[in-house]
Amino acid sequence: MDPLRQSPSPSSSRASSPRTFSCERLGYVGIEAVLDQLKIKAMKMGFEFNIMVVGQSGLGKSTMVNTLFKSKIWKSTMPGLRVPMPQTLQLHSVTHVIEENGVKLKLTVTDTPGFGDQINNDKCWDPILGYINEQYERYLQEEILITRQRHIPDTRVHCCVYFVPPTGHCLRPLDLEFLQRLCRAVNVVPVIARADSLTIEEREAFRHRIQDDLKTHSIEVYPQKSFDEDINDKILNSKIRERIPFAVVGADREHMVNGRCVLGRKTKWGIIEVENMAHCEFPLLRDLLIRSHLQDLKDITHNVHYENYRIIRLKESHALPRGPGWVNLAPTPSPTPTGTRASPGPGKVCRWAEDDSDEDF
Amino acid sequence: RAAATVAGGEGCRTVPLAGHVGFDSLPDQLVNKSVSQGFCFNILCVGETGLGKSTLMDTLFNTKFEGEPATHTQPGVQLRSNTYDLQESNVGLKLTIVSTVGFGDQINKEDSYKPIVEFIDAQFEAYLQEELKIRRVLHTYHDSRIHACLYFIAPTGHSLKSLDLVTMKKLDSKVNIIPIIAKSDAISKSELTKFKIKITSELVSNGVQIYQFPTDDESVAEINGTMNAHLPFAVIGSTEELKIGNKMMKARQYPWGTVQVENEAHCDFVKLREMLIRVNMEDLREQTHSRHYELYRRCKLEEMGFKDTDPDSKPFSLQETYEAKRNEFLGELQKKEEEMRQMFVQRVKEKEAELKEAEKELHEKFDRLKKLHQDEKKKLEDKKKSLDDEVNAFKQRKTAAELLQSQGSQAGGSQTLKRDKEKKK
Repeated sequence: MDPLRQSPSPSSSRASSPRTFSCERLGYVGIEAVLDQLKIKAMKMGFEFNIMVVGQSGLGKSTMVNTLFKSKIWKSTMPGLRVPMPQTLQLHSVTHVIEENGVKLKLTVTDTPGFGDQINNDKCWDPILGYINEQYERYLQEEILITRQRHIPDTRVHCCVYFVPPTGHCLRPLDLEFLQRLCRAVNVVPVIARADSLTIEEREAFRHRIQDDLKTHSIEVYPQKSFDEDINDKILNSKIRERIPFAVVGADREHMVNGRCVLGRKTKWGIIEVENMAHCEFPLLRDLLIRSHLQDLKDITHNVHYENYRIIRLKESHALPRGPGWVNLAPTPSPTPTGTRASPGPGKVCRWAEDDSDEDF
Repeated sequence: RAAATVAGGEGCRTVPLAGHVGFDSLPDQLVNKSVSQGFCFNILCVGETGLGKSTLMDTLFNTKFEGEPATHTQPGVQLRSNTYDLQESNVGLKLTIVSTVGFGDQINKEDSYKPIVEFIDAQFEAYLQEELKIRRVLHTYHDSRIHACLYFIAPTGHSLKSLDLVTMKKLDSKVNIIPIIAKSDAISKSELTKFKIKITSELVSNGVQIYQFPTDDESVAEINGTMNAHLPFAVIGSTEELKIGNKMMKARQYPWGTVQVENEAHCDFVKLREMLIRVNMEDLREQTHSRHYELYRRCKLEEMGFKDTDPDSKPFSLQETYEAKRNEFLGELQKKEEEMRQMFVQRVKEKEAELKEAEKELHEKFDRLKKLHQDEKKKLEDKKKSLDDEVNAFKQRKTAAELLQSQGSQAGGSQTLKRDKEKKK
């Protein structure tokens, strides 16, 4: 893949092939200081994270976002309040900057009120897919500019949290359709919403049925098995994959339990503590999304989903030159008096185009 | 139809947190990812043969990189590149060291800078090609772009050589240049200060942009600021360890004393190592990517005729311009080919005509000669014939004469008899 792999010729101005040697070092050099440099740079620049929540109204999406980020990102819609039902699916984004211990995070949350609420929900995933692709498009446009910005603003959706209603049976056709389409474009994390209406056994049974459904329809939710890089990742992610979808409960009110102040939902028969692993799996979701896999979500979005979008987009509009053909754009024309065939230039480009389309991804 | 309203941008609100969320682990997540991917760093050493480039690299990274010293008899400037895998605690570094071979050895040094500039451009080109590919793997791409260029200045003590000025001027917009005074144990302290001042003033007056250590982040602003004042660094390289006091140190031993490499009073090696590796490695890489590479990319794409879109033109004018350019170019190509073909055919015709002419001449000459020959032959034959005739005539006369004579002697008698008879009658 290295285009400079050439045997060194006496008049070559390019480097010989990079054979790498492992060197024994005789003392401390200070290379690991680069990690600190990286940290300083990252903290100065700040981080960005874009999350999208999808689900029918009343499943507690806004509350969940508030609970996740422990702040009033959304004003949660109170039940009983006459909120006019949106006629069509709309997407609504809010951006906030939150800071913790010197780390600045620019958080964008996109909500989808009206999803699955109509009588005929056919193609209700289209606006969502359109929005996701629009963000990819925006990034792509920035990337192919001649004069680019130093830091391209990243509005691409890094994670889509899908709220499955706690029916206790299995995934509905709407869920399946949506998940199938979206898993190919974005990282999807399905969660069982309002899990306090299910007992522990019902929860487990529901979870297993959902996992079976996902497997039958070959829907790869995050963390995707095919992107595990090494054995540590595999072990870690398999543990997570066993528990997907998490059964979560959202709450933004605090109550007193045993002298401690906890976030929870108060009912006549008890207080459901959000952060208690015995009650619900909210801590797992929070750890996955924020504490351990946030960077991974961003990386997969950038390296996989965005690249897929770019490939499709460039192939269909032939926007950018293909690598090898581009290099050979200025060949010296060969004087072939008997030549009735076209000059080598375009022929080469066509051949490579065919190679591209033949490759399996 | 989706209506996405994004509230915020530059002026989005900061929301207070009611508890510990946990995203302060983000920098650690990022660092862990980077560590698992590994880092790469590429250094280019430019300097005349014998200034101690390889020794300095060995000293900087505390290893013995392989390679034999170069001779002074190189016909031109070449670049020699080697890649090494270094590991320190859990950090893996893919280090590429590129050295010039034969720089400054030729008699005519006008083109000495060209191989260096071509090499740097080739690395940018390779990255640009990868970036423009449809199916690309940028996150596993081995970045070969030069992050830092150490320019070795010979310790004359006077001023920069014109070769140095010219080369640095050509390189300053393509790579981060860090000038260093090599083998600085050959200069005394006072001469060194004067030398540094002279060099800096020459660089400034010639408009050469050397790399300035960044002073915008408070944690490193102070140390970088002081270091900027010490440029160019006067360094000494040595891989030999000598016992000084009760420690083993890298040093060079002379009859009049020992120069310690890591002693800041003796040379600026420690400063160089601090700045290059321990403090600014990441900034060097970022400057290369966001400044030098972007400049190269912009120039290259503009050269190809691409322009950014105006607000009212269609998107992907990159594609249209490219298509148009490509068609135009193909058209030109075809036209040129036609021209060449025409020219060739015409030449062939001309040559044929010439040859025909020559052939005709040759034939004529041959004919003439043949005719001449025939004429000669005929003349000769005529002459021969006439000669034969003469000979025959002569023979005839001879025989006739002989006959006459013999007859005469007989018939002479008879004739005379007859005449006598006639007479007697």
